[in-house]
Amino acid sequence: MSILIDKNTKVITQGITGATGLFHTKGALDYGTQMVGGVTPGKGGTEVTIELENGESVSLPVFDTVMDAKKTTGATASVIYVPPAFAADSIMEAVDAEMDVVICITEGIPVLDMVKVSKYMEGKKSKLIGPNCPGVITPDECKIGIMPGYIHTAGHVGVVSRSGTLTYEAVHQLSTRGIGQSSAVGIGGDPVKGMEFTDVLKMFNEDPNTYAVIMIGEIGGTAEEEAAEWVKENMTKPVVGFIGGQTAPPGKRMGHAGAIISGGKGTAAEKIKVMEQCGIKVAPTPAEMGATLVSVLEEKGLLESCIVKK
Amino acid sequence: MNIHEYQGKEVLKQYGVSVPEGRVAFTVDEAVKAAEELNSSVTVVKAQIHAGGRGKAGGVKIAKSVEEVRTYAGELLGKVLVTHQTGPEGKEVKRLLIEQGCDIKQEYYVGVVVDRATGRVVMMASEEGGTEIEEVAEKTPEKIFKEVIDPAVGLMPFQAKKLAYAINIPKSLVNKAAKFMISLYHAFIEKDCSIAEINPLVVTGDGNVMALDAKLNFDSNALFRHQDILELRDLAEEDEKEIQASEYDLSYIALDGNIGCMVNGAGLAMATMDIIKHYGGDPANFLDVGGGATTEKVTEAFKIILSDENVKGIFVNIFGGIMRCDVIANGVVEAAKQISLDRPLVVRLEGTNVEIGKRILNESGLNIVAADSMADGAQKIVSLVK
Repeated sequence: MSILIDKNTKVITQGITGATGLFHTKGALDYGTQMVGGVTPGKGGTEVTIELENGESVSLPVFDTVMDAKKTTGATASVIYVPPAFAADSIMEAVDAEMDVVICITEGIPVLDMVKVSKYMEGKKSKLIGPNCPGVITPDECKIGIMPGYIHTAGHVGVVSRSGTLTYEAVHQLSTRGIGQSSAVGIGGDPVKGMEFTDVLKMFNEDPNTYAVIMIGEIGGTAEEEAAEWVKENMTKPVVGFIGGQTAPPGKRMGHAGAIISGGKGTAAEKIKVMEQCGIKVAPTPAEMGATLVSVLEEKGLLESCIVKK
Repeated sequence: MNIHEYQGKEVLKQYGVSVPEGRVAFTVDEAVKAAEELNSSVTVVKAQIHAGGRGKAGGVKIAKSVEEVRTYAGELLGKVLVTHQTGPEGKEVKRLLIEQGCDIKQEYYVGVVVDRATGRVVMMASEEGGTEIEEVAEKTPEKIFKEVIDPAVGLMPFQAKKLAYAINIPKSLVNKAAKFMISLYHAFIEKDCSIAEINPLVVTGDGNVMALDAKLNFDSNALFRHQDILELRDLAEEDEKEIQASEYDLSYIALDGNIGCMVNGAGLAMATMDIIKHYGGDPANFLDVGGGATTEKVTEAFKIILSDENVKGIFVNIFGGIMRCDVIANGVVEAAKQISLDRPLVVRLEGTNVEIGKRILNESGLNIVAADSMADGAQKIVSLVK
């Protein structure tokens, strides 16, 4: 068990003939993800052939539209590597085709485009992850996105994060301690996006294979505070956290469009305070995310069941 | 991206938002000429810098004659204004807005932002114009009214009027105020603003509703479709190193400390600053080299970091995912040679091909201190710069 994606998930790549799309489609195939095709408008009917690390060669069909790709391949998930100017359109196309899961990796989409996407998605069945995110991975089963697969270990800790490399850091700290992950979800660094912390935490809470969760937030907005309140009321599993940007000055955008302290809101101090009040233990430094989780697992008597390899 | 007040007013005017008549002036003579053309009994001389709080810092003067305009323009041009937004070093005034004075009856606040919680554009209005809206939000949040805007239909007249009634715009001017707000919303949407703030919005003695000040920020991700806005960029208002970094697609922000940081990924870059601080050091910058860190990019990043004289040492913290550690190590070595690095360098590498990467660093013959973890690296660089 896992959330969002597993070994049965069939995936298509939107923007498969672009350099980035092709590169990461290969990465997904190498990991063992069931990639079944791709979409590039105007290139429908062609194929892309990808040489894998193990020497095999795979040919994937290319379609003009997501709808065509879905009908022919039976794909239920789509990953988007389309340039920022066209990415919002691609997301809406995937949502219109009723893909279960839409993961948008693209960085730099205009925020007002995402406002339209967010309106468009009301009442639709698709779950959107991103944009500006590393993607989602269920270790040993399915990797959709740009994360390095080999740092992950299959197991029972859910990871949810606004930052890509900080997710890798957390996963690495877990794997080196022998603690596996059920799924790792990068929700992305943009201000208007698909799934928020709370949405992902709900799924982890309902997933019998997830025993505990690490949530990694950063400055800007109030999504961490809202998630913390939800955890306090509803979560039956331990959650530990980390907030990046404790030393960031106000008014400066720290790389991510969403990582900015403005109008005195969205500071790390405020987020950490609310999280601690809601029973989420927050790691004092990014180097201690793994250790903090271990201490909480020990406290709850869950450590043994979370260690999957010595 | 920020622009000046006078530019913001020009943009708003295109959408039918009323603003006082005004001209930009780069010299005292231009200021005098502008005042003569405006031919108003009261003329306002306003310093144009990319920071708020100009009024309190003495950057806004009321002139009753052309001679007074000359005096004030002379005083303001070249003056360094220190406001609560400029930092202690302040900003030099290089441009002035010479504007017709108006008979202010009442001041209000109107702002448009993207609300992340709802994923919608929101218009905010308050009767407490002219003051810091953050202050109003903190002390009397009940005095700020909000309308969440549906992107499919835009700001509807009933919503604009609701706001106008809520902030007690005189009944006879409610329609004018609503029209003002709708025009402001159109400007916000069509120019991809991230913030549009009118503080104050004023009602005048002759029954006008206009923007006395205008602060427009633009979504940098959307500038590709607004060449006209890009042309309004004033490089003199931006940090030189930040401009240089943006040319190489590096995300750099200058800070006050003495430890230069080079990291991949925004989240890890922020976290690296945090951990340096945790061990008693002070980061000199935020720098995200991004996913595709080439030798060229790493070299440029080093140059930018080292051009800051305060930097006493550098901490490179890379979690190579898709980017392999051997490639990064080669980039670091190459860059360090090219610029003949003269300050301590601590490198923490993790990820794909980490062993090869570490070997490259060790065999380079350069004075590079390898670190095993983020915490180890942070502690090492902090002790090296002491």
